[in-house]
Amino acid sequence: MKLTGAEIFIECLRREGVKTIFALPGGVVLKIFDMLHQQKDIEVVLTRHEQGAGHMAEGYAKATGKAGVCLVTSGPGMTNVITALADAYMDSVPLVCFSGQVPTSLIGNDAFQEADNVGLSRPCTKYNFLVKDVNELASTIKEAFYIATTGRPGPVLVDIPKDVSMDKAEFNYPNSVSIRGYNPTYEGNKWQIKQAAEAIVKAKKPILYVGGGVVFSGASQELIELAELTQIPVDMTLMGLGAFPGEHPLSMGMMGMHGTYQANMAVHYADLVVAIGARFDDRVTGKVSEFCPYAKIIHIDIDPTSIRKNIHVDIPIVGDCKAVLRELNQILKATVNGEQKELRKAWWEQIREWEQGHPLTYHQEQDGPIKPQHVIKRLYELTKDRDPIVSTDVGQHQMWAAQYFKMAKPNRWLTSGGLGTMGFGFPAAMGAQAAFRNRLVLCIAGDGSVQMNMQEMATAVVHKLPVKIIVLNNRFHGMVRQWQDLSYEGRYASSYLDTTPDFVKLAEAYGAVGLRPGKVGDIDGILKEAIATKGPVIVDVPTHPYENVYPMIPAGGCNHQMILEDPPELKQKQSSGDTVTPQDKDTILTA
Amino acid sequence: MEHIILVTVENKFGVLSRIAGLFSGRGFNIESLSVAPTLDSSMSQMTIVTSGDERIIEQIVKQLNKLIDVIKVVDLNESDFVSRETALIKVHTRQEDRAEALRIADIFRANVIDSTPSTYTIEVTGDPKKIEAIINLLQPLGIKELTRTGRVAVAREPLRSMSVQPKKVARE
Repeated sequence: MKLTGAEIFIECLRREGVKTIFALPGGVVLKIFDMLHQQKDIEVVLTRHEQGAGHMAEGYAKATGKAGVCLVTSGPGMTNVITALADAYMDSVPLVCFSGQVPTSLIGNDAFQEADNVGLSRPCTKYNFLVKDVNELASTIKEAFYIATTGRPGPVLVDIPKDVSMDKAEFNYPNSVSIRGYNPTYEGNKWQIKQAAEAIVKAKKPILYVGGGVVFSGASQELIELAELTQIPVDMTLMGLGAFPGEHPLSMGMMGMHGTYQANMAVHYADLVVAIGARFDDRVTGKVSEFCPYAKIIHIDIDPTSIRKNIHVDIPIVGDCKAVLRELNQILKATVNGEQKELRKAWWEQIREWEQGHPLTYHQEQDGPIKPQHVIKRLYELTKDRDPIVSTDVGQHQMWAAQYFKMAKPNRWLTSGGLGTMGFGFPAAMGAQAAFRNRLVLCIAGDGSVQMNMQEMATAVVHKLPVKIIVLNNRFHGMVRQWQDLSYEGRYASSYLDTTPDFVKLAEAYGAVGLRPGKVGDIDGILKEAIATKGPVIVDVPTHPYENVYPMIPAGGCNHQMILEDPPELKQKQSSGDTVTPQDKDTILTA
Repeated sequence: MEHIILVTVENKFGVLSRIAGLFSGRGFNIESLSVAPTLDSSMSQMTIVTSGDERIIEQIVKQLNKLIDVIKVVDLNESDFVSRETALIKVHTRQEDRAEALRIADIFRANVIDSTPSTYTIEVTGDPKKIEAIINLLQPLGIKELTRTGRVAVAREPLRSMSVQPKKVARE
């Protein structure tokens, strides 16, 4: 029996086990939406903007480890989803995006709502397809899911012209895929792994530098085993948080520009750095020429292009983190003995000294303005037993969340690392909530970034996605303001958000619940109330406007040269009061 | 340093833009690029002439390999190779220059493949230096049009395999 392209589309999604897609209709995809409307297996979450659909699919993918799926229309639908595709590409998120296209006969004619979807998405997808013949639709979708989820995961676009969704073909879903130009390496080179094991056993000052690759490869157990077996401290990148338990005694917390003191010092003074599923991003390395100057570097990554892209590597191992770590652990189990502990005694003493000397710190006065770090710390303590999923937007709040919300397990931390996409957090949280209806999903956001996808509150209310948004509201683009204070003599060019909406009323306008603590003492009560509320909630927390994120490695600086607190002139500003003073406002608006 | 990279790719639409996009997106140089089908019509072969230090060339080779439509990548500079380029040069010739044009073509073992009362079209093949040389000599006569193919290249067969050949024959 012959099926239409739209029916084939749905049949393919069923075969791939897709339960939820995030979508927004338009003229050329109506046939597909019409078929989706007539079936029950796949839930369609109707978003209010295509960017939201893309980020929801990302959140879904990050939380489940499976491919997230979104469906958008041609032209503006496609251009709107591009930010999410670029975000997924940078952070290696498995995503399959279906876009509608004008009928094949009109392609290239500047038809209504036409865009060159394949051309537009080429630099921000792992691969993309234009399906020109309905007979190729099923095999193309199979390949799309295969490419998105294997090797280094990434977004794949499938562009479906209107006539292809209406034409009929026999449905044949291939059982397997073979692409001659695409054969990711999973098993690491055994000789190289042996070399790595030897280096690890001998190292006096080793450190594990762990990235998002460990999360996607599902290698957390192997990582914990490696760290415990060898007693090596673990530094995590922003994307790697959750790969290793944040409260584990071997955890150094996050490294990089706003990483902890001990994490950055340890990587700088190490004699062996074992990078696992990480890519030596500039936010981690700081000044490349002086990145871990004393260390031999082992780099385990599934993507050969990541190796020696930014940093010279002594022992490269191309392979899947899980497979390589398993092999490595096996060798180490036979070779590690009591000697390493003695060998690294001085190293651990040094690390504990760094840790105790410069812990993460902030000062919360009981009757003073609310400090954002305090809110996150309380949120963490109140919710950690419930194993929450936490998403963030991008900015100061994201860094504080990374510092103070210690993730215990992988696939709970949803953040935009590579692209740094403000507006990511809320839809990503909704995507995760759609996958896990009964879990607690928190979104920590700033007042600037949350407004970038606020429209999705309608989606959250309609689809009963009870995400709790905690807005740390300092009425600034805080990270921009921080840089302006530190590098631009405090001239707040376009960083002060003079009229921020009343988020409580805004939540209510959408049919959600809005809450606001008035003072420090209210925080626990309000957070508990938010968590106990059934539907989506916005908690609007007015926070100190001049609080800065520390430690901080200035752009182009070295990892061991961190700024640990406000310079004196900023300290004064800190203590000046709880809101922007009228004089401040004048300088901001006239300067 | 200049490198010649042979890339075997799927013969599909859009592949050229993926390769070109990779080079422009990552700031790699392309000095010349030529594409043509191989014996197997489902594949095409590209010869890319590029330049960069060791680290950049390593990245170029890895990034090309990462593209899903790329089947094989060979950096010819890792072995010995031969390369050639063809140029078609349309020279404007006044009556008194026509003999000179033919003489120059002759010196470079180039062929005249088209002729009008006021032009010769000369086909010349060789390495880039040879092409530059003939262009320099023809320029005073007046070059109306010039088209170059960009270089194509192939690895030399290693000497070792030549000595292996007779043994095989002997055994048979």
